[in-house]
Amino acid sequence: MADATTKSVLTSPVFKNNPIALQVLGICSALAVTTSMSVSLVMTLAVIFVCAFSNLFVSLIRNHIPSSIRIIVQMTIIASLVIVVDQILKAYAYEMSKQLSVFVGLIITNCIIMGRAEGFAMQNSPKMSFIDGIGNGIGYGLILMIVGFFRELFGSGSVFGFTVLQPVQDGGWYVPNGLLLLPPSAFFIIGLIIWVLRSMNPEQIEENEFKMKHNTEPKEAV
Amino acid sequence: MAQSNNSIKKILTVAFALCIVCSVIVSTAAVALRPMQQLNQELDRKTNVLRVANLYERGMDVEAAFREITARVVDARTGEYTDQFDPDTFDHFEARRDPATGRTLSGDRDIAGLSRVENYVTVYLVGDPDDPDQIILPIRGQGLWGLMRGYLAVEGDGNTIVGITYYEHSETPGLGAEVNNPRWQALWEGKQIFDEEGDLNPAIRVVKGSGSNEHEVDGLSGATLTANGVTNMLQFWLSPEGFGEYLARFRSGVDQDDARDADVELEVEGA
Repeated sequence: MADATTKSVLTSPVFKNNPIALQVLGICSALAVTTSMSVSLVMTLAVIFVCAFSNLFVSLIRNHIPSSIRIIVQMTIIASLVIVVDQILKAYAYEMSKQLSVFVGLIITNCIIMGRAEGFAMQNSPKMSFIDGIGNGIGYGLILMIVGFFRELFGSGSVFGFTVLQPVQDGGWYVPNGLLLLPPSAFFIIGLIIWVLRSMNPEQIEENEFKMKHNTEPKEAV
Repeated sequence: MAQSNNSIKKILTVAFALCIVCSVIVSTAAVALRPMQQLNQELDRKTNVLRVANLYERGMDVEAAFREITARVVDARTGEYTDQFDPDTFDHFEARRDPATGRTLSGDRDIAGLSRVENYVTVYLVGDPDDPDQIILPIRGQGLWGLMRGYLAVEGDGNTIVGITYYEHSETPGLGAEVNNPRWQALWEGKQIFDEEGDLNPAIRVVKGSGSNEHEVDGLSGATLTANGVTNMLQFWLSPEGFGEYLARFRSGVDQDDARDADVELEVEGA
């Protein structure tokens, strides 16, 4: 990590080392909150905030964290930040917090934040850790916004709540695709995004660990 | 370094200090933001009440509009108002747990899947409280995936529906969640809850296909179970178990003696 510059720390998690697309972390919340873009955006901001500050605080006290309780220490910091975010949302964006419901609380269990605290912040300076948190938050948020865009556009015919394709229920012509409002559709979209990213960066393709063996010779049953 | 970090003393110090710092931060946030959050919840409740009464417009002054509305607590068993509780602070949903203010429903009477129900309910009256333009009743019941909570607005005659809205539900997006589609909600306007005989049992229901008379509302395509939930909760809350007695006071042509009889019958069943 000696040659890591501020810029590379910030940008590499967005495309090259995307937490969702390459590390396949934080999928659960990506399925749950992406039915509309405004909800995805609030979730993105919340995750960027929590990820950046948890990295910062973990990094600040990294030399004093006893290794035997380090996971609990990280969890406590993350959980406190998440509660603060949840309280702020309830006070200033009540409608939004009602839509996000439990998923703000579940940021605590988002593997990206835990992963960055353990994998990056424990070894790096507070400044770099903070930037790394922002970068990973943006990388997560970017995928969320892309998924949210397709799900909202084709599932309810709108973008950020503004109607683009007038749905039949409201007297328009567009028949919304109900599947896109259900969680499984996010799997398909994330799968397609991973496919696109790996076609552009072939070095992301992993070695095939489970190569298919040839079928055994068919033998006649006795 | 690693040695000293892992000594018992260090572990306890770090854990303790971290807990103190974090709990101070969390409790500061919670306490400082609480008034704001309560204001939001209050505003949300009022907005929902206005919405079901067709009085809500985007960006309006909710507080000012709400001055036209009076909240009263009704004793569901007698249909009379009670002054036992302050309607602004009384939480009837929580009151169902208390043995003094709630009762357990036996299986066959629990058509809305509530298991416990409160005896005192907050209603909202639009206009003159003695002769209201609209009566807004809280309703709730099981949908397909979980509890649905909402409001039903009824005209001052205690029979004609103005609107229905759900502010909390977990129905399937695009199917059951269409209960909050304005086009479906508009179908409710003008429907009659009771048939003309002065019966205390509600006739209103959601039906498949097209509702053919004034007691039937078109179902939601692909959401039969949600629609059944809506029917069940209306059948429950508008019956003498819920607001039947109370609404009878506003309806003409209902024999008050019949209402009394039904009341007696209920108590016998309950015993």
